[in-house]
Amino acid sequence: MNIWLNFLIDSLAFGATFMYGSTGEILTEKAGHLNLGIPGIMCMGGAGGCLMLNLIGTSSLPPFLIVILGILSSVLAAMLMGLIYSFLTVTLRANQNVTGLALTTFGVGLMKVIMSKLSPTVYLVTPKAYYRWPFAGRQDSLQCLGVLFFLGVAIAAVSSIVLYRTKVGLHLRAVGENPATADAVGINVTRYKYAATCIGSGIAGLGGFYYIIDYMASQEAYLSLEAFGWLSIALVIFALWRPARTIIGSTIFGFLFSCSSFITNLSFIQVTMAMKPLLKMLPYVFTIIVLIISSVRNKRENQPPQSLGLPYFRENR
Amino acid sequence: MEKQLALSMRGITKRFGSVTANSRIDLDIYRGEILSILGENGCGKTTLMNMIAGIYFPDEGTITIDGKEAVIRSPKDAFEHGIGMIHQHFKLVDLFTAAENIVLGVREEGRYNLKDVNTRVSAIADKYGFHIDPGKKIYDMSVSEKQTVEIIKVLYRGADILILDEPTAVLTPQEIDRLFNVLRVMRADGKSIVIITHKLNEVLEVSDRVAILRRGEHIATVNTKDTSEAELTEMMVGQKVNLNIQRSEPVCPQPRLVVRGLNVYDKEGTHILKDISFTAMGGEILGIAGIAGSGQRELLESITGLQHVQSGEIIFHNPKKNQPVTFFHKSLARVTELAEDHAFHDPEGNPVSFRGMKKTDIIRAVLEGRILFNEDEIMNLRDKDPLEIRQLGIHLSFVPEDRLGMGLVGSMGITDNMMLRSYRKGHYGLLDRKKPKDLAEEIIQNLKIVTPGTSYPVRRLSGGNVQKVLVGREIAYTPKVLMAAYPVRGLDIHSSYTIYNLLNKQKESGVAVLYVGEDLDVLLALCDRIMVINAGEITGIVDARTARKEEIGLMMTRSNRARKEGA
Amino acid sequence: MAGTHAAGVREPLVHLSRRTGMPFWKSWLIRLAALAAGLLICGAVAFILIEKLRDDPGKLGDFYCAFIKGSFGTSRKVWKMLKNLAILLSISLALTPAFRMRFWNIGAEGQTLVGVLGAIAVDFYLGGKIPEGLLIALMFLAALLCGGVWGLIPAVFKAKWNTNETLFTLMMNYVATFLVSYFLVIWVPSGSSSLAKLKYGKLPTLVNDYFLIVMIALLLTIGLYIYLNYSKHGYEISVVGESVNTAKYVGINVRRVILRTMILSGVLCGLTGFLIASGLDRTITTESVGGQGFTAIMVSWLANFNPLMMILTSGLIQILNQGAAQISQDFNVSGALPSVIVGIILFFIIGSEFFINYRLHFRHHKTREAIR
Repeated sequence: MNIWLNFLIDSLAFGATFMYGSTGEILTEKAGHLNLGIPGIMCMGGAGGCLMLNLIGTSSLPPFLIVILGILSSVLAAMLMGLIYSFLTVTLRANQNVTGLALTTFGVGLMKVIMSKLSPTVYLVTPKAYYRWPFAGRQDSLQCLGVLFFLGVAIAAVSSIVLYRTKVGLHLRAVGENPATADAVGINVTRYKYAATCIGSGIAGLGGFYYIIDYMASQEAYLSLEAFGWLSIALVIFALWRPARTIIGSTIFGFLFSCSSFITNLSFIQVTMAMKPLLKMLPYVFTIIVLIISSVRNKRENQPPQSLGLPYFRENR
Repeated sequence: MEKQLALSMRGITKRFGSVTANSRIDLDIYRGEILSILGENGCGKTTLMNMIAGIYFPDEGTITIDGKEAVIRSPKDAFEHGIGMIHQHFKLVDLFTAAENIVLGVREEGRYNLKDVNTRVSAIADKYGFHIDPGKKIYDMSVSEKQTVEIIKVLYRGADILILDEPTAVLTPQEIDRLFNVLRVMRADGKSIVIITHKLNEVLEVSDRVAILRRGEHIATVNTKDTSEAELTEMMVGQKVNLNIQRSEPVCPQPRLVVRGLNVYDKEGTHILKDISFTAMGGEILGIAGIAGSGQRELLESITGLQHVQSGEIIFHNPKKNQPVTFFHKSLARVTELAEDHAFHDPEGNPVSFRGMKKTDIIRAVLEGRILFNEDEIMNLRDKDPLEIRQLGIHLSFVPEDRLGMGLVGSMGITDNMMLRSYRKGHYGLLDRKKPKDLAEEIIQNLKIVTPGTSYPVRRLSGGNVQKVLVGREIAYTPKVLMAAYPVRGLDIHSSYTIYNLLNKQKESGVAVLYVGEDLDVLLALCDRIMVINAGEITGIVDARTARKEEIGLMMTRSNRARKEGA
Repeated sequence: MAGTHAAGVREPLVHLSRRTGMPFWKSWLIRLAALAAGLLICGAVAFILIEKLRDDPGKLGDFYCAFIKGSFGTSRKVWKMLKNLAILLSISLALTPAFRMRFWNIGAEGQTLVGVLGAIAVDFYLGGKIPEGLLIALMFLAALLCGGVWGLIPAVFKAKWNTNETLFTLMMNYVATFLVSYFLVIWVPSGSSSLAKLKYGKLPTLVNDYFLIVMIALLLTIGLYIYLNYSKHGYEISVVGESVNTAKYVGINVRRVILRTMILSGVLCGLTGFLIASGLDRTITTESVGGQGFTAIMVSWLANFNPLMMILTSGLIQILNQGAAQISQDFNVSGALPSVIVGIILFFIIGSEFFINYRLHFRHHKTREAIR
């Protein structure tokens, strides 16, 4: 197949990791919570899913059940992390930055402890084929895509629709923009914050799961997951807080990441070893540039939710 | 006609820490009436109503709605009981459209469809006589439009009891009339309307009954037609207060600040101040009247150097005539230069020339105060930032509207707040806290500020005390011009009078005072002249001793263009 | 409908109010209680994660003892703990001026790393060619310069366009990481990407290898405490942090304060980078700072941005870290255990602030009894 098309599909597949992460982060941020715990949450999402696959990976359960159980336990583990975060920041009104960082410390550490105990042959080898349905076994590059990729696109699209086309989304955005207003019209601010954070965490967790068992499908994959968590947070700005735009944004990120290996393959460009790290720097530099441009343009609709980072206390006076 | 009881409160008490905001209050609200809750700022009017609206939960007491005891734990509960409150600070999401704000939080059957919502919103607007564009974003709206959105929001939920907190504070007289008409239509429709206010004329104009609160207690509820302004004031304040503010005649006023052709545009390119020209005199209080947001803030900020000015002049006359020149803000070179320009005379009145004098002799002459200015110093303040203005030796004091957001640092104590103006005086990059601490103690004593100590965060002080700290500091700076924006907003009568007296003392000592106020009665009683601005233009400057309130009210609302066309 | 409520639901179950001025000892008691509760949970988590513990619950005693043993078991361990504390402390101190200004700099990791890079670059190119004293001085300056520049870049955009500094500084961390990989590829052409320990540019040894570093961190703490609380600059930082409008009102040049403070923040990170480069490693990897730039954020926050308190908070984190490392060694578990334990303890301490700042009123307890 065409080398460019391969490249595109690889970018898409890589990007799906960020797509999950930043869709989850957008939901949380729309509720007014800057969740710097996303890297830890993604790690735990990965660990949770792998833990389940480690139990059932070689069992005789029907493949679709293995796929679903893996997904469910990944979401569950990530949601538990989200629950810790919401309890601390929503109920106990703790500082969001610090809580998020503590959550990342905890999540990354716990994932490493868990993953070191699992057996890669069990959680990776057989399940990977199941998760690549319906393209498993194909010879072309389409074999890189599977259930989790399409689920990610669907979740991003649905999240966008929910946020901008439904009452629930309207309420959620109101909570993030101005919780006092939302409270005054009878929206249960606490419930929305909890729900958005936990669901967002669940979605982000799937990103970690996808990266470990699908995209990378290697034993060491989990070691590099944390960095992609941070990138997912950056992608939120890139997508201007619209989940649907993360689909495009994450593809661009995936593209930039694959660049270094892709350009090496192109015969007409000479790449020295030293250039590789510089190419890997691209997505980060790119994010910085987008960050600067969006702040220079300073458009009302493209700003972070107004109450982002601030705790809400009704009787504050 | 027998009136039907809508809601009644019995023995309602609410405390915040050690402060009792409401104490055992009994109050009834009937259907088809307009009830005013009257009281001074801080008497607990809003707190009481917040408990019906579900913002606060009462510590004691019961609320009965339609004969049944009700528990209102949240605004949602309040809506379910048909109660809706329009808060003073609008609770709207700026980024949303009017319609989105209106449907926010409403449980409705069927799919969410903004088109249907728009139709329903328009229907309500037509019924009561509002004008509204459902698709307009809140951040594009005027204050009056936002209020309309708030009222429709409550009606959309089918509220029968509407509570409006200070609804007229930010409206023009015409908008107030329009609002009152709408309220009367609603009353005819059988709704109960509660207005929280401290404006007597409005109470008398629109309401059927008045409930008076004082220091958290319910004093009485009377029928409007059976009462008078004097009686209401007495109940509200507790004792007859002398509303006359001591006003002295200005002593030989001299021009102190001359503003010529000032034009200011904001970031979006809106023309905020249009060709403003006026002169403020030393030894008089110049009042500035206008609807909130007419450019008052920008005008004061332009003078203090906080606002970028597109065109115009801000000329400051430093009253130096016959005063000795000093080295505080002038170098020896500058003094010599001025002497070349024949700017000085000696105590006998002879012109001074430094020609042929030794440097040490010049310095000695200056230090001994034998070199006097011929005329006032004239300086242009345009395009100078606050620091540059200060380095010229010009003392401008400014009491901004936003006390804790601009004038003071909330988390710091009084000492550190005193330092805001003077911290640069310390040596070797270190702070000198000794003098600010002395000043803090002096101000606490002189202005009777209630605080546990000089390092107690000012944010935790009451509004009146916060304002005293701010005004005290600004006066301690020995200003030549003192500008105060809404200095008594939110203060009780006692604190307000303390502030009026302080301003009057400054005036008597020759300071040019600029007073931006909202209460026309106070402006008329306190100021010497009143400048009226409307939408960034001066629509008139009148003598406060002879002007009538109606006259000023008209200037506040009629633009120059309309007047010219009308003439 | 309200009348149908049972008598029991008359009031919300719990309701909150803000609390001011809790006695000093009481707030510390709450924090200690949180720490104790956190340690208990750590024990429970360890019980699940560590097989040896499950087999022999009696070893739980050893588990807790390891926290002491890890940091205080031998004098070498004490010094190692003090060295770790000093490095973490100086990064936390570096962040503090920015945090006091409410500039959420989470780029200490990168700012420190470029500091290390600057020092090592000087060492790599000039080591052995110039006198040792001059070399160390140049390494020092290079580290400060690099850190300062790395801190300045996001500040420039913050001051000019109010660009979000949290995400900007976060991204700068990664740019720094790849910059280090780039130089490693150049310096180590073999492809192994690990730079052998350099011979020159070693900070002089006083008492032992770590003494000087600990002293420098201590001096830095006192210096910064004075700077923040008793200097004009410190005062300006506090005013800008509280309200930009107030700062403008009194004639403070806000942009200059932002730039100056972020340069300081970056320079101090660079200084820490120099300590790591010259005092400890004399080589560089992308992991030279090892995530301490992030931990420092929590250290600074937990200490309420008070430099003196940071000695305690960074000490706590390092004791936990070293204790947990001891446990991983004794019980033969993954080396990631310290992160898990530090994470759990942090949750509890972060959460405990709530009970210091708020009062809880339970139903039927109208006499506003606060829970501890």
